[in-house]
Amino acid sequence: MELYQKTAANLSLMLQKKEVSSVEVVQSFLDRIELVEPHVKAFITHTPLIALETASAVDKKRLLGEDLHPLAGVPIAIKDNLCTAGLRTTCASRILENFIPPYDATVVEAIKRAGMPLLGKTNMDEFAMGSSTENSAFFSTANPWNLDKVPGGSSGGSAAAVSTGMAPLALGSDTGGSIRQPASFCGLIGLRPTYGRVSRYGLIAFASSLDQIGPLSLTAHDSALLMDVVAGYDPLDSTSLPEAVPDYAAGLEGEIKKLRVGVIKQNLADGFNPEVKAAVLKLVALLGANGAEIDEISLPLADYGLGAYYLIAPSEASSNLGRYDGVRYGYNAGGDNIEVMFSRTRGEGFGPEVKRRIIIGTYALSAGYYDAYYLQAMKVRTLIRRDYEAAFKKFDLLVGATTPTPAFNIGEKADDPLQMYLSDICNINDALAGVPSLSVPSGIDSCGLPLGMQMTAPPSREGLLLKIAGFLEQKRDPFPLRPRVKLSEGGEL
Amino acid sequence: MKYEVAIGLEIHLELQTKSKLFCGCSTTFGREPNVNCCPICLGLPGTLPVFNRRAIELAVTAAIALNSAVSDQSRFDRKNYHYPDLPKAYQISQYEQPLARGGFLEIESEQSFKKIKLERVHLEEEAGKLIHSGSSILGSEYSLVDYNRAGIPLLEIVTAPDIRSGREARLFLEDLRLLLLYTGASDCKMEEGSLRCDANISLRPSGLSSLGTKTEVKNMNSFRAVETALNFEAKRQEAILKAGGSIAQETCHWDEAKKETIPLRGKEGSSDYRYFPEPDLLPLTLDRALIQNISEQLPELPLQRRTRLKQQYGLEAGEAGLFTENRALGDFFESAAEEYSNYRSLAKWVRGDLLYQIRESGKPVEEIQPKQLIELLTLLDQETINRPVAKELLSEMVKSGKGPKELVKEQGLERVSGREKLMPLVERVVAENPAVVEKYLQGKDKAISFLVGRVMALTGGRADPGEINKLLKEKISQ
Amino acid sequence: MAVDFGKEVDHVARLARLTLEPEEKERMTGQLSDILDTARRIQELDTGGVEPTSHVLDLPVVLREDETRPSLPLNRVLQNAPRRQKNFFRVPSIISNVQAEK
Ligand SMILES: [Mg+2]
Ligand SMILES: [Zn+2]
Repeated sequence: MELYQKTAANLSLMLQKKEVSSVEVVQSFLDRIELVEPHVKAFITHTPLIALETASAVDKKRLLGEDLHPLAGVPIAIKDNLCTAGLRTTCASRILENFIPPYDATVVEAIKRAGMPLLGKTNMDEFAMGSSTENSAFFSTANPWNLDKVPGGSSGGSAAAVSTGMAPLALGSDTGGSIRQPASFCGLIGLRPTYGRVSRYGLIAFASSLDQIGPLSLTAHDSALLMDVVAGYDPLDSTSLPEAVPDYAAGLEGEIKKLRVGVIKQNLADGFNPEVKAAVLKLVALLGANGAEIDEISLPLADYGLGAYYLIAPSEASSNLGRYDGVRYGYNAGGDNIEVMFSRTRGEGFGPEVKRRIIIGTYALSAGYYDAYYLQAMKVRTLIRRDYEAAFKKFDLLVGATTPTPAFNIGEKADDPLQMYLSDICNINDALAGVPSLSVPSGIDSCGLPLGMQMTAPPSREGLLLKIAGFLEQKRDPFPLRPRVKLSEGGEL
Repeated sequence: MKYEVAIGLEIHLELQTKSKLFCGCSTTFGREPNVNCCPICLGLPGTLPVFNRRAIELAVTAAIALNSAVSDQSRFDRKNYHYPDLPKAYQISQYEQPLARGGFLEIESEQSFKKIKLERVHLEEEAGKLIHSGSSILGSEYSLVDYNRAGIPLLEIVTAPDIRSGREARLFLEDLRLLLLYTGASDCKMEEGSLRCDANISLRPSGLSSLGTKTEVKNMNSFRAVETALNFEAKRQEAILKAGGSIAQETCHWDEAKKETIPLRGKEGSSDYRYFPEPDLLPLTLDRALIQNISEQLPELPLQRRTRLKQQYGLEAGEAGLFTENRALGDFFESAAEEYSNYRSLAKWVRGDLLYQIRESGKPVEEIQPKQLIELLTLLDQETINRPVAKELLSEMVKSGKGPKELVKEQGLERVSGREKLMPLVERVVAENPAVVEKYLQGKDKAISFLVGRVMALTGGRADPGEINKLLKEKISQ
Repeated sequence: MAVDFGKEVDHVARLARLTLEPEEKERMTGQLSDILDTARRIQELDTGGVEPTSHVLDLPVVLREDETRPSLPLNRVLQNAPRRQKNFFRVPSIISNVQAEK
């Protein structure tokens, strides 16, 4: 087994036992990137030199016997909406194509402190708006399981990188499904933590009240290790949770107490792909067989989540994206007066999906529409939260499909935004409620595409999600976690 | 028809914090462009605001001093608009739930008191500064942006349309400035832009309670400009109404050079700020104890002080006013008054000679010791020195910082008095000026002052003119 | 109740400072009215007496002490500026066409 095929936990152990150096580990991933990246295109920016520098620094420290973080020397890829000091951060947008942040996001500081070599910044839907990574201003990323399919989005680059062994771990961001949906499409663990658990400082905002950063990885253990690096209170983020963070990796050990599991009716709806549903029910049965109490639950407000989400998220986005005006940074289209300069810069700098959402959001907030759209959406959000509060009085865990279908074809939904939005239908309500939610691989369908099950827990219980995911990894019928990347010209990688 | 003027003011004040509202950048005025900037106040992608505690304390202090009701729970909203001096394309402000509502400021206008009611007091962030090329905004080809100011905490105060003239507006602003200086909330420097004022002004037939169509007057850069601009605008509106015309609701620019308000026609139509709750900041909860605490620690405010000074020391209105406006001078007076009970005399010296010497020397009053003035006045009271010498000494005292007794000794300035010292000098002057003596004897009373002056000169000004006068008359009548 | 969204697009695009090409505007208008038709479904719900959720966290705002921290070096402040003059950011005339037209 090559180094790039190993999990982060494995690499961590090997590094700690000095069976391998971080430079060797990084080199293995860099070689893999050279081979696979031309076909998958997961990265916007490659940082091999940064990765090797960090790796050799960690190796030196290890030789000197310094105390190192368990993930020291284990490389990582991060979504290109996380600010990196001195390193281009584009959000996959023309408007930020040449933007060099003068500061690091809090999570970036954390991974630097842990000594994790950075392999690169991954592709995404522009400003995290999309579910297929086709909205990148630069190029689309392919699904490693089938290069004609989308990897999901908006963290599609991160998902594809981990899935192909171009990185053992990645960070993504999830506003309404952007970690969980690509994790499901690529056969990975993808965790959206409780809102406030991971600092948003330095995450380029899409919708502030919904955005959360989280890990994508091959196993639950790997995600837990990464959460131990990035989770925690940050004085720079006023919406950061002040409560103490558990040791997620340590929390994976031990017995699972008797669980009450609610199967969300709406997340296994009639129209869903039968194979998706079957795979979820198989895992649910497995939980049942291991002592969990299973019952069905309907979230009455679930069907309204999409409407509320597509008013709240664009409203916040319309405001968050106002700053891209060509004055302080970013693209500038010129013009002989300020209004022309602003409008042209933004008109040329943003892609169609971003513009669509800015228009919807501006509309929903504007005089005369605010009450009927934005305010009503915020009230519906309250009702949705109440749904969850009630559900968590009866259940420890809510489960369902992560997505209604497996990965769809590149271009299939590109011209139909509403169909694209429906791809996140199972992910949106959790985000509105601010609760943690995780996608765990549930199988491979008859076409060879991975499937996912989504599990949702009460606030601050992401540890439980990781633990259950770890349990399922051990107990479920085995299936390949990584694809062989089949090239259209023949051969596989 | 007679018209009544209704003016409402919208005042923005920079709060005196060390760091900005949402980041640690310095608020120091007058530095090189764009040096007080960081990712947060530049609105760089990914940055988030964290509230400055002091800004909230100062805002609450100001609100309480203005008798405004501070809310337990207030909220921050985004006010969205595009302008190059606004880094995030929204201003974090307060819209639906301001920090405080209501309140009033009592102003003294023409010997009578009047309460100007307030609508609200809220916190928001300052924008950057634009410098336009060319001579005016209208002709400029380009503008330069400096974000040093962006993110400084601002207090916005909105008054009810209770103000009836430009003069009242000015008095209100002067009193407001003094009040906020007392609370330490703001340094209120209009010339540095830390206090700015826009006005809504309308006219209505006297006796009517509903308001007429208003115009908004901007760009008034001094208290005097506020008074002149609003009086001008009131007259302009009156002329239109009297001619049977109607007022257009628009924004006017005060042109300081031309001394007239210029309607900015074609200004963007009704603004749509798309306010919504700031998702990056949780609501602000102020517990009653904090509000109570700030309320108890509020310093004595100008109006109370003026009244107290009159009562406690029997000061005249002018003196009490001066010692309130010039707080340091007033503090000096009060400190000296603890050990010198002739308040009338003390007040006269402080507002007269001392204030003059302070202005001449440029020395702050804080550097002068009240004890030294008391010493000086005591020497005078004991007739060790005379008045002219005392004035001379005061000047020396302020300049050198040396005590009066020390100076008297150093310069031999003790008063020359007593028959045995003065009579020889009087005799000499009488002998040297027979013609003047003759005039006096012929009934020209004024001639004697010349002789007094001569004797004074011989003593180096250290004698009492009254005593010399007496001795002269005695000598001449012999 | 269908809303003719086309009428609103110009106004909203102006507020948002977005230039839209004619065919872009046409395509978007159709898509937007579809999206809004879906979003409008929430108006069926009775939300009388329901408080809106603007934050999912039930916490008071965080306050920091009034202490200064170093600002960015000037070259970092201006590093990304598309147009600059000396130590300033430079922008074209702030008097816009729309203001001049009206
Ligand atoms: Mg304001
Ligand atoms: Zn700053």
